[in-house]
Amino acid sequence: MTDYPDTLRYAAEHEWIAAEPPFRVGITRYAADALGDVVYIDPPAVGTTVTAGSAFGEIESTKSVSDLYAPATGVVTEINEAAVADPSIVNDDPYGSGWLYVLEVSEPAPTLSAEEYQALVDAKP
Amino acid sequence: MSASASERLSPLHAVHVAAGASFTDFAGWQMPVRYTSDLAEHHAVRTAAGIFDLSHMAEIAVRGTGAAAALDYALAGRLSALAIGQAKYSLLLTPDGGIVDDVVVYRLADDDFLVVANASNRGAAVQELTDRAVAFDARVVDESDATALIAVQGPGSRGILDRVTALDAGTPLAELRYYRVTSARFADRPVLIARTGYTGEDGFELYVPVDVAESLWTAIVQAGAGSGLVPAGLASRDTLRLEAGMPLYGSELGRDIFPAQAGLGRVVNLAKDTDFVGRHASENGPDAVARVLVGLASEGRRAGRAGYPVYASGDTEAVMEALEGAVDPAGIVTSGALSPTLGHPIAMAYVDPAVARPGTTVYIDVRGTRIPATVVPLPFYTRAS
Repeated sequence: MTDYPDTLRYAAEHEWIAAEPPFRVGITRYAADALGDVVYIDPPAVGTTVTAGSAFGEIESTKSVSDLYAPATGVVTEINEAAVADPSIVNDDPYGSGWLYVLEVSEPAPTLSAEEYQALVDAKP
Repeated sequence: MSASASERLSPLHAVHVAAGASFTDFAGWQMPVRYTSDLAEHHAVRTAAGIFDLSHMAEIAVRGTGAAAALDYALAGRLSALAIGQAKYSLLLTPDGGIVDDVVVYRLADDDFLVVANASNRGAAVQELTDRAVAFDARVVDESDATALIAVQGPGSRGILDRVTALDAGTPLAELRYYRVTSARFADRPVLIARTGYTGEDGFELYVPVDVAESLWTAIVQAGAGSGLVPAGLASRDTLRLEAGMPLYGSELGRDIFPAQAGLGRVVNLAKDTDFVGRHASENGPDAVARVLVGLASEGRRAGRAGYPVYASGDTEAVMEALEGAVDPAGIVTSGALSPTLGHPIAMAYVDPAVARPGTTVYIDVRGTRIPATVVPLPFYTRAS
């Protein structure tokens, strides 16, 4: 399994977004590993209009709290209640059952390919 | 922090890399923060055992016929009363009664003590001990670079160490009581085994020459393979000590904190018949309105974190300001996490004495949301004996 599936698009703030509708959003393997065990997720509520690159929602691990950044502009249409109830699935399966919310995209933002995102995280110390 | 400041590596670094550890900068050292999962490592220590590399900590020898007297003067406790083989938690105070460092002192012989200090305070502790020992027949030697420290913590730790056949303990570990230390041999090298720790579980700390640290670590890991022993990182160490209500220097303790505020008044021995640094200030103590350290327990999953304000009222800022003007916080969180063992958020906080009584409801400002929390006695977690 690759760390960064080719089928997804990536944001520099370590979120992924599906390449086609429904536009699911989650955090990358890199982010999940850096956070450690995720213990609390607060995704933006259904109906929230989010703006690409801005912080909407939070994710907490035992050690830290991070903002969730929207990878595109649009309206949240669904949140992953299963991940809210059991945040450990974000660590176990960040691209599958550990997705966070679905966005109805009104305005796409520039994103990175898997290869470009891999290069970005490889450049980190 | 510059890259060069965090390039100190443990003598066990290669072992951690091979085990797949993630690293964090801690007081200028690259130390394992976790190997696989903070939570799994935490639970392993509570239910089986974990092995920690604490080689970043400072080992300072104080030796000489005046060593006991020097430590009585340098530290807040009466170390001269320690029996050989006994350990004691103590404090290095400032002349103003604040805390330079919290230390564990082991008496290895009549005239031979080992002071274990925090990595972040190594320089300050060595300097203060050296300065304070000047008038005594005592030598202070920083042995940190030659010493590795391996902790084995958890209910399974004694059984595991008993199976490390190459470890020849002076006292059978079953007979080594809590806060006692014994000399031992491993691979023909001297080792100290202490029944001490920072997790709230039974466990041992092994002080070992750096050249045999890797072989001892490997031997313990092999001995623990069938007993649920896992390597555990600093992330789990922090949640374990927090549940056990143990203060961390830099979070709960500092030069501007009196021991009495941190619930450590008993560590300062005012009955001692000799002078010690910080004595006069300690006798006067903090003033009556000084904040005190409390435990906070709350519901849900959102934890208060270091630096979050604590309020006496759950009303929002806007409501309160409309009623009576801006309201100052009644305290500040120093450490907090969703407790892996208890399943709810816990925190330690310094709060005004008016809201410090157990049972009082306060409100932690978790990034704009006031979450109710109850003041509870520390520790949050005590192991079944």
